[in-house]
Amino acid sequence: MNNYLRKFYYGDIPEDKAGGNIVSSDSKSDWPLWEVFIRSKQGLDHKHVGSLHATDAQMAMENARDVYTRRMEGVSLWVVESKYIHASNPEEAGELFEPAADKIYRHPTFYDLPDEVNQM
Amino acid sequence: MATLDLEKIFLGKIDNEIKIEPKDWMPDAYRKTNIRQVSQHAHSEIVGMLPEGAWISRAPSLKRKAILIAKVQDEAGHGLYLYSACETLGITREETINDLHSGKAKYSSIFNYPTKTWADIGAIGWLVDGAAIMNQVMLTRTSYGPYARAMVRICKEESFHQRQGFEILLVLSKGADEQKAMCQDAIDRWWWPSLMMFGPHDSESTNSEQSMKWKIKRKTNDELRQNFVDMCAEQVKVIGMKLPDNKLKWNEERMHYDFGEINWDEFWNVVKGNGPCNKERLDARKKAWDEGEWVREAAAAHTEKRKNRKAA
Amino acid sequence: MNQSLIDYTLNLADNSLILGQRNSEWCGHGPVLEQDIAITNISLDLIGQARNFYQYAATLIGNDATEDSLAYLRKEEEFKNCILVEQPKGDWAQTILRQFFFSQYQYLLFQQLQNSKDEQLAAIAEKSLKEVTYHLRWSSEWVIRLGDGTDESHQRMIKAIDELWKYTDEFFSATSYELRAASNGSGVDISKLKEPWMNKIKEIFSEATLTIPGKTLIQTSGKEGKHSGHLGNILTELQYMQRTYPGCDW
Repeated sequence: MNNYLRKFYYGDIPEDKAGGNIVSSDSKSDWPLWEVFIRSKQGLDHKHVGSLHATDAQMAMENARDVYTRRMEGVSLWVVESKYIHASNPEEAGELFEPAADKIYRHPTFYDLPDEVNQM
Repeated sequence: MATLDLEKIFLGKIDNEIKIEPKDWMPDAYRKTNIRQVSQHAHSEIVGMLPEGAWISRAPSLKRKAILIAKVQDEAGHGLYLYSACETLGITREETINDLHSGKAKYSSIFNYPTKTWADIGAIGWLVDGAAIMNQVMLTRTSYGPYARAMVRICKEESFHQRQGFEILLVLSKGADEQKAMCQDAIDRWWWPSLMMFGPHDSESTNSEQSMKWKIKRKTNDELRQNFVDMCAEQVKVIGMKLPDNKLKWNEERMHYDFGEINWDEFWNVVKGNGPCNKERLDARKKAWDEGEWVREAAAAHTEKRKNRKAA
Repeated sequence: MNQSLIDYTLNLADNSLILGQRNSEWCGHGPVLEQDIAITNISLDLIGQARNFYQYAATLIGNDATEDSLAYLRKEEEFKNCILVEQPKGDWAQTILRQFFFSQYQYLLFQQLQNSKDEQLAAIAEKSLKEVTYHLRWSSEWVIRLGDGTDESHQRMIKAIDELWKYTDEFFSATSYELRAASNGSGVDISKLKEPWMNKIKEIFSEATLTIPGKTLIQTSGKEGKHSGHLGNILTELQYMQRTYPGCDW
């Protein structure tokens, strides 16, 4: 079985192999890909909502506003060019994340407190 | 890691309802199937803007005009979410668009029919968006993460589309004789094409089995189509109209509506590109893309200039 | 019935409606998906403004007047939009340039109008100012991008300026209803807007490597119902359904 594997680690590999920019790097009209993160008014975190094409940060911001915030009030927007995002390699998930699984004392539920202080 | 192990992990995720994410290992066929399906879905949204967009300038009231613009704009947004999801699979938007223009990629053939009257806009909302919603709700559980998340976003916005369509027909059904006739005529023309949206019979569908195994698809074509018929057969009573199928009848045993056979010749003809508006739709998209080349170039050039000035 | 105030309001409504209608022609045909959404957004904002102004005008007129009767049943000569907004959308350069000229005008106008003695006009102006600020920002950036982009885009901008510049004088030449409104505090003295408008144009043009043409401006009076051939075509489509099926609900 011959599987042609193409993996894309945003930002970790050279321009011409980066996700979304593979073909025709000499194409004069290629607009880079940007990732969009939004925090809603009540929210605490910026969440990834999708991506879009833009030539610069200003355009990316406006496009993000036009596409992703039509039904929201009072949000915060982050836009990042996709090539600048470095993501963890899923094959390394074992060594990166599993050690945390058995250190359960880091979780508040590990501690059995008397009722009077259980709201803590 | 050996490929067989990778495949085991992959299938394990599928079986355990863990989403497959962009950088996970996946069989090439899985990647290709998702690219095909997601990009075709995206193309459908974009091409779908055309038959409805044609009525924006002629919308019969300011309220309807505003609603229609918002709806068509939503469709552009949906196309965008889907192109984004597609790009995570390792294909650029430009490539997918070239495939559309060359005829290599398909889009939902429902958009190859013309919108002859205002009532068509109502019928499209009720029937076409209704059919799309059935499909889309199922797809929120698809195995590929970015596709599933795009579908969740889309579903939230889609119900407004179906409601506004139904409302248009409801108003027509209570109006002048000409309006009632317009309403029935639109339903007569859009009913069968809407049923065709669910694709060929399960027995004729080449991709179905593998798609079901990989949970790209969660329900079969015929299952979805039956659910759709059952729903519409009830809803049409509310607007006092008829569905153009004299075989439509409630079957007490099956607890479903029996319905007539689709004209599969018409279906395959339109899929192959011979529908009434196939050429017109594609030409419009090609024209927009080609005529937009100088704009895209200029914007990129300007950003380059600014970068160079900063560096200097 | 305060005819001056009605006319003043209709001018504001008609400008927004006709430009909204023109911009919506890009829907499905934009140069790139993201910009298709952007121009459609602007179109929607403009139609929203138009609706607010029409609804107010309808209450002033009374009888059976509604936002729709005003938009769908008036004749060409009763429309009070300026000539600039009825021009064809042209290519992307023409569209964004016209938006820039118009948005800068609306920005200055609404900034003043939000202090109007007429509460309704003030409220509508205040509400619309946020979106107009965005329209202005978006369109000025495009003027710069295209003016200082490629040779082709630069040429197209020059052609667009050549096409549209001559209609801009109408922004600042007051009709009798505008003079009336300004003097009684419900409207704005638009002759005073000319200088700040010009300054902004100069600022953006300079960054865009474009020049203000030394051409003569033509006197146009769309605001007084004297329109170019284009409005007739626009209204034929816009009003088609209501004229073909009179007296119906939609």
